[in-house]
Amino acid sequence: MKDEVTREDRVAGLKGLGCSRKRVEDARFTQGKGNYVDDIKLPGMLHGDFVRSPYAHARIKSINIDAAMALPGVTAVLTAKDLEPLGLHWMPTLAGDKQMVLADGKVLFQGQEVAFVVAADRYIAADAVELVEVEYEELEVIVNPFKSLQSDVVLREDLIAPDGSIPNGAHGPRKHPNHIFTWEAGELEATNQVIDNAEVVAEAEMYYHRTHPCPLETCGSVASMDKVNGKLTLWGTFQAPHVVRTVASLLSGIEEHNIRVVSPDIGGGFGNKVGVYPGYVCSIVASIVTGVPVKWVEDRMENLMSTAFARDYWMKGKISATKEGKITGLHCHVTADHGAFDACADPTKFPAGFMNICTGSYDIPVAYLGVDGVYTNKAPGGVSYRCSFRVTEAVYFIERMIEVLAIELNMDPAELRSINFIKKEQFPYTAALGWEYDSGDYQTAWDKALLAVDYKGLRAEQAERVAAFKRGETRKIMGIGLSFFTEIVGAGPVKNCDILGMGMFDSCEIRIHPTGSATARLGTISQGQGHATTFAQILASEIGLPADSITIEEGDTDTAPYGLGTYGSRSTPVAGAAAAMAGRKIRAKAQMIAAYLLEVHDDDVEFDVDRFAVKGAPERFKTMKEIAYASYHQAIPGLEPGLEAVSYYDPPNMTYPFGAYVCVMDIDVDTGVPEIRRFYALDDCGTRINPMVIEGQIHGGLTEALAVALGQEIAYDDIGNVKTGTLMDFFLPTAWEVPNYETDFTVTPSPHHPIGAKGVGESPHVGGVPCFSNAVQDAFRPFGNRHTNMPHDHWRIWQTAANLGMHD
Amino acid sequence: MSNKMHVKLNVNGTDHEFLAEPRELLIYALREKLNITGPHVGCETSHCGACTVTLNGKSVKSCTMFVAQANGAEITTIEGLGSPDALHVLQENFKEHHGLQCGFCTPGMITRAAKLLEENPNPTEEEVRFGIAGNICRCTGYQNIVKSILSAASELNSAKEAAQ
Repeated sequence: MKDEVTREDRVAGLKGLGCSRKRVEDARFTQGKGNYVDDIKLPGMLHGDFVRSPYAHARIKSINIDAAMALPGVTAVLTAKDLEPLGLHWMPTLAGDKQMVLADGKVLFQGQEVAFVVAADRYIAADAVELVEVEYEELEVIVNPFKSLQSDVVLREDLIAPDGSIPNGAHGPRKHPNHIFTWEAGELEATNQVIDNAEVVAEAEMYYHRTHPCPLETCGSVASMDKVNGKLTLWGTFQAPHVVRTVASLLSGIEEHNIRVVSPDIGGGFGNKVGVYPGYVCSIVASIVTGVPVKWVEDRMENLMSTAFARDYWMKGKISATKEGKITGLHCHVTADHGAFDACADPTKFPAGFMNICTGSYDIPVAYLGVDGVYTNKAPGGVSYRCSFRVTEAVYFIERMIEVLAIELNMDPAELRSINFIKKEQFPYTAALGWEYDSGDYQTAWDKALLAVDYKGLRAEQAERVAAFKRGETRKIMGIGLSFFTEIVGAGPVKNCDILGMGMFDSCEIRIHPTGSATARLGTISQGQGHATTFAQILASEIGLPADSITIEEGDTDTAPYGLGTYGSRSTPVAGAAAAMAGRKIRAKAQMIAAYLLEVHDDDVEFDVDRFAVKGAPERFKTMKEIAYASYHQAIPGLEPGLEAVSYYDPPNMTYPFGAYVCVMDIDVDTGVPEIRRFYALDDCGTRINPMVIEGQIHGGLTEALAVALGQEIAYDDIGNVKTGTLMDFFLPTAWEVPNYETDFTVTPSPHHPIGAKGVGESPHVGGVPCFSNAVQDAFRPFGNRHTNMPHDHWRIWQTAANLGMHD
Repeated sequence: MSNKMHVKLNVNGTDHEFLAEPRELLIYALREKLNITGPHVGCETSHCGACTVTLNGKSVKSCTMFVAQANGAEITTIEGLGSPDALHVLQENFKEHHGLQCGFCTPGMITRAAKLLEENPNPTEEEVRFGIAGNICRCTGYQNIVKSILSAASELNSAKEAAQ
């Protein structure tokens, strides 16, 4: 008679784990009602703008601000001299170095901040920037890290002792004035011994070029110092608002409870918005000085020139194997160009990030990694552009080494990967460079991928194409790009991961409201990932209230619990785990309330989707909504009123998502234009929270990978001029250049994560870059190519063809 | 500031009159004078399209047009395309097909797509991709944007057929 509500209906009603729930963020974004930092407008607000250095290396002889100050509408012009009494002319970087906020006597890269103008509006500020007269004395410029280590030109005099000796840096001894650190992992001697005695050795040198995350929204901040209440509020493009609050407190001396940092809606981050930039500091100082709010928003050229480059790794590898293709050893050395200041955003103990994941998905018995960080006259940064710390570099390195080894062995690269995969039964697997991989089933994923694209058929087609090319019947060659990647994300365990001393835990606080809805706050901040949608799904499944009744809040340090923010795919592995754990605390209390209401012992009720029911008598139950109400209106012996919980989650390990990608590409050797015919991406991110959001992340990450592999670059000329300072020269793919992607998945849950999720936002970038690059290189392999550096733009592809004699 | 110009605009059906410096860009007049903050500034060089508006029936990048050049124009921004109670079919489809992530490009993208569907009510996938190639998205890889626009086109066409 009555319409029975089935258990399936109740599960579906929650819109919990596994549901392609539509995003709650979209209503405001599609109607133009997002609230980004440049949308913030406060009464009396002034605008800040930078005078920047046109030179890459120069001494500053004088700065004259008189003409600028005389311009109507100009309130202040700050230079290093003004910041010095406050101790703010330099600031600490995330990598244990320090960085000039405003040029202190010299400039070290083109676009460096020299003076900060504060004016009534952005036009007057720009006029005043033109009126600041700076006299420079040019110095010799070094844009190459190898030359830097040979040069007598000292870039950072501040890091030389008065007696001329070179004091240790934050990461140990430095062997040259322009040297930052040497970082090593693995066993050097044992590795050399294996490689020296190996049956087969392949070597490669590769340059992973400098690029930039370039989110569509640039960086910016609005600072408002309320002198009446002694409270500073700072809105800005911060991927880690709590860390910014702590840094702001340490720098300014304002107590942390009197600082409120807010990340409003963020227009993409991709690593660009992890660091602390001079603009943030200057907007704070300017607001303190002027007593009114001050906004600073960089333009695109400033963004590309000064805030947060990525990559710039010169990698040299040796890989050894038996004649049958079993890898026996791996040696990797990196010369890392960090620019003028070491502002890399890595956990403190990892100056080269997690580059030591460079043994990849393969069971390699012995390995060694050495990284030398070097100063040059280039912008500081070294952020993780859509990846966990330096993991794109690591995966690119090993996936190229595999290809080069396959050439050396004259073996199919897909088969070579299969021979060397870490096997399912080997997990948890401790790699030669120290990481403990949590779970994986690589062979299954690989077989599925190769089958899906008909790999054998593709190779046969390629062989025909090569023959046709050689017969002069076509000018288009065909490449099959393979990559199998393992990421290392979710930083990380407090015992070995911290940023500026803050352990890399994360947090979630839940308040259940009397009528059965909830508000949850986390220490992370979405930049487009859709946290408000997906974290509510985790909670819905954990606490049995509909996701639609749960509001997620992030990014306001006055309300959110302390967390380390969103980057390195850490939100789901760390804050998502905190959400699940906080949800379980709610459930534990709800269980006691339900038992009391049902007049049975606590152990005699069990959780079922959205309720607690008496074991063996499912018709006797209390819904979570009823329990929520009871917690507020009914005196329950032995229990405090209310239903709230907070969890700070220190992950026991990182998570290790993985995937198998295949790209099929046709290349016109006369124009150098690559056409992506097919791209298949299989991702295993453990438990899948929202398949729609996952697929969106994959599409986006692959497109950023396409950009990096096929043209995106921050290039300098010999005297340190940035050659790629606008979107005219810096490649961002449009809809016209981007293919449709095929996505697929396997599910291998993380054994240590409360819901088994591993994180996914960065996998497609990490796996995508080598896949696109391998496709280009594979196309040229039959014509003698071993390794060609990215980015494979049309000109370079054409040049590769020319170098191989294909235009003759 | 004696050199200010008198500017009249009709934005989303509302008339506005104000003084502006000749060098003031349309995007800043919209965002800072009129508080219409849907269109965004992404590049200031006409490449990214985050600032796209419809001006006298054409898609225009408002970051590289002086507001004085727009004097007398009729302008539609994302704010004029739908309302919370009656979303534009594109707004619904972008949500339905996950055609956005960070949302920064979305107002310009949807504004451009709306114009595109007026110019070509029945576009192929290739025509959609070409038609939005002036609008950059860093998050989605475009696949779901294209899907959203094609789906909106087919909904609009079905509605038209039903009306006939």
